[in-house]
Amino acid sequence: MTLNLNDTVEGSFQLIGGNFVNAGEASTQLKVKLLELGVKEEIVRRVTIATFEAEMNVIIYAAAGSVHYYIKPDHIRIKIEDMGPGIEDIKLAMQEGYSTAPDWVREMGWGAGMGLPNMKKNSNKFNIDTVVGEGTTIEMVINFG
Amino acid sequence: MTVKEIADILEANIISNPKERDIDIKSACSTDMMSAVLYYHTPNSLLITSLNQPQVIRTAEIAGIKTIVFVLNKKPDQHIVEHAENKNISLLITPLCMYSASGRLYQAGLPGCSQKF
Repeated sequence: MTLNLNDTVEGSFQLIGGNFVNAGEASTQLKVKLLELGVKEEIVRRVTIATFEAEMNVIIYAAAGSVHYYIKPDHIRIKIEDMGPGIEDIKLAMQEGYSTAPDWVREMGWGAGMGLPNMKKNSNKFNIDTVVGEGTTIEMVINFG
Repeated sequence: MTVKEIADILEANIISNPKERDIDIKSACSTDMMSAVLYYHTPNSLLITSLNQPQVIRTAEIAGIKTIVFVLNKKPDQHIVEHAENKNISLLITPLCMYSASGRLYQAGLPGCSQKF
């Protein structure tokens, strides 16, 4: 499917590390936006899950970060940047079940080591750039068709 | 399977049951790990959990899950119940443990979210 858009629809959200009260707010607002634009529910679910996982990673691990989205007629690109610790071994981090989350994060139901694999699973294109001590940038493209 | 049938099987109390609900629950997922919910869920499945944190409702909302069972009588705070009602999500509390709750529902014909991974 393609959306009837003349211009790119874009927006952004700021994320604050440790702010669990609002965790998921960015993903939920993006979900509403996509449904308003007429994107199929199944695609919206994939976008929302991938964005939510990325959002949670920022809130759990980083001091701050942001979500930017760019909606085109046939796809969405989501870019999540953070000022966090970075990932030392991306190959390991992409393995299902690998997690460096501390116990308090696991007690909240996170840190199963599924976040990055789940983002990749739900994306048509997935890219991760990380610098230890500086932060991580994730870019995902999800096609509407 | 309806919310009422699930409540009967699990001897559960329904603490949030939005009115416009009439869904047929076809599968269930038992876990305390929210990423596992997001990874393995299917829409309109049931979540069985012992985690009564606000994140459970948010995860259910994002995953398209409309019914949550809290095991071991773990009652969530009132603001979590209200959040669930606002999001059209039914909440149930059972005295059973996760294993027993899952077993009873499976025996009654409710399968897991996915057969194999």
